Amino acid sequence: MEIYWLLGIPLAGGLFLTLWGNRRNAPEINAAFSLATLIAAAVLTARIVTDGPMVVGRDWFFIDSFNVFLVALTAFVAFTTALFSRPYMRIEKEHGRLTDNRLRLYHASYQIFIGAMLLALTTNNMGILWVSMEAATLATVLLVSLYRTPASLEAAWKYFILCGVGIAQALFGTILLYFAAEKVLGAGGTALLWTHLNGVKTQLEPTVLQLAFVFLLVGYGTKVGLAPLHNWLPDAHAEGPTPVSAVLSGLLLNVALYAVMRSKVLVDGALGTDMAGNLMMGFGLLSVVVAAFLIKRQTDVKRMFAYSSIEHMGLITFAFGMGGAVASFAGLLHMTMHSLTKSAIFFAVGHATQKAGTQLMEGIRGLIKTNPTIGWGLMLGTVAILGVPPFGVFASEFLIITTAMHEHPWATPFLLTALGVAFAAIFGKVQPMVFGDTELPRLPHQPALAPVFIHLGLVLMLGLFIPPYLATWYRQAAALLGG
Amino acid sequence: MSLTYHLQVVNLLAALLLLISFAMLSQRRIVGLVTLFAWQGAALSLSTAIVAWSTGQHHLYYSAALTLILKVIAMPWFFYRLVRKLDVDRDVEPMINIPTTMLIGIALVIFAFNLAMPISQMAGTVTRSTLGIALASVLLAFLMMITRSKAIPQVIGFLAMENGLFFAATSATYGMPLVVEMGVALDVLVGVFVLGIFFFQIRETFDSLDLKHMEKLKER
Repeated sequence: MEIYWLLGIPLAGGLFLTLWGNRRNAPEINAAFSLATLIAAAVLTARIVTDGPMVVGRDWFFIDSFNVFLVALTAFVAFTTALFSRPYMRIEKEHGRLTDNRLRLYHASYQIFIGAMLLALTTNNMGILWVSMEAATLATVLLVSLYRTPASLEAAWKYFILCGVGIAQALFGTILLYFAAEKVLGAGGTALLWTHLNGVKTQLEPTVLQLAFVFLLVGYGTKVGLAPLHNWLPDAHAEGPTPVSAVLSGLLLNVALYAVMRSKVLVDGALGTDMAGNLMMGFGLLSVVVAAFLIKRQTDVKRMFAYSSIEHMGLITFAFGMGGAVASFAGLLHMTMHSLTKSAIFFAVGHATQKAGTQLMEGIRGLIKTNPTIGWGLMLGTVAILGVPPFGVFASEFLIITTAMHEHPWATPFLLTALGVAFAAIFGKVQPMVFGDTELPRLPHQPALAPVFIHLGLVLMLGLFIPPYLATWYRQAAALLGG
Repeated sequence: MSLTYHLQVVNLLAALLLLISFAMLSQRRIVGLVTLFAWQGAALSLSTAIVAWSTGQHHLYYSAALTLILKVIAMPWFFYRLVRKLDVDRDVEPMINIPTTMLIGIALVIFAFNLAMPISQMAGTVTRSTLGIALASVLLAFLMMITRSKAIPQVIGFLAMENGLFFAATSATYGMPLVVEMGVALDVLVGVFVLGIFFFQIRETFDSLDLKHMEKLKER
């Protein structure tokens, strides 16, 4: 039952906000719908924690520890982002960058986007998974071009075409998967249901699944932002409005990786080899290295953090590729940490760029003097994402790297170099932004940055202490991934 | 006996599909491209209907009807209107000259047939030999997207790719489950609608639909 609420609320929110338009309290309504979604997600999570995995709605939906954890994370970040976007978008409108109509589009698409991601996470049908991933892309294309500047239009076009082509590969992968499944399960609707596929995965034709996985990995991997398919990502993140960057980076990438993982479980079962894991390790490692070296060359702050997202998604993909209990656990933990920290950073960056009137890093100086809240928010967020203890990112990165040292020692020099380069580059650029000299006066009013500190607080807490029930939960999810 | 006869018709349509893909590669005018796209949709729809009839897979009729409505009628009509409204129908020079593109295309077809061979041998469907053609038309559409610098040809390339994928689904598996096909069709429809809005935005901002203006965002 909860599942229908979970999916129905964002959809209703999208329709309602389309009709409501941008009247005075549209942002509050947006936040209220997101809160309702979060409550539905919390109820669903509680249900799964007590009752275990379940298949509902005539096999249409399947929820286990792995996806319920992502559902909870998605609903939570969606809610805090809605809170953040309320004052942020109001100021954008005061600056004349947005009109009422565009805000209507923004609020409606935001809800539809969240709904599409939740559908992708909870559906049991690999075909519907594809459909909802594509729907999530379509919902955000017009959000990336919301400012209608030449650069934002270019970014949105690139996003549409590259992700469209990518996802077409994933469709071919899905067709091949169905082709293999149909032989075992018979034609018709049930042959794409993940639970059914998982039951017969050892009987699926290995050569077909091998090819299917390559297409699925390339297709969904484009959306994860894996190098060399990552070109759309920095542009879309840098040119879209900041709340959109936060949800793209914090949520959409995770959902795409979720799709890859669901396929990997099937392929591993059919092949009985490490082929899928090795491919993921390769793509993951390449992304980490490429992104780290590109971070050094960035001048735009949102672009820089977009590359940092590629780096972290690469690290997570690498961890899942290694497989095994510890690595999968670390991957899941890192997914959580990255979502929370990166969205917090984007919130802080959003305020900073709004005050400075530019996204260029050389134009943003001395945040600590003009506004200590933004300054500390950005600094702590940066320190957290760079993996400085005691933040949670340190714990997950540490686990990933030690596992890599044990199982794949050849990869460690690459990982350590890349992380080192990224650390030096990002810290070197953020430090003057926060502590540099500035002539700008102090800001008269306080920005609403509660979401930043809530996120960072959670990351800090998880770095110091993971509650036992949460650890059990992660372990269960890791076991589902073949750990 | 009648099955082999149907099979021959499907094979003929498959060949037609591939031929249209090549024609699209060499077509310079946008209006011509739209017409070819409509013909490709028609070939796809007809072959799906024949497969449905000869194998008794009734859900394929819906798929064929969906293709007919969306890709033969609605989208070409929409594109014709768009081209007229935006006044963009001129000869366009592809980034690689046409003979070279054709040669690359032939290489792609050979590659596609080799890739599809082991799979088609496993397929139990009567139409399995067409899987290679389906894959080839996907790759040719992809090539077209790469070699064109205008917005509308790129989108038509994208939709032609979708055609190839649908053809692959029909020929290897008698079509995906209906709900998935409906979902995919819905996505394509919404996608084209979004693009329609998008074209006007691009046009308003850049005064042209040439994507050469959109090369500002790259790593320096």
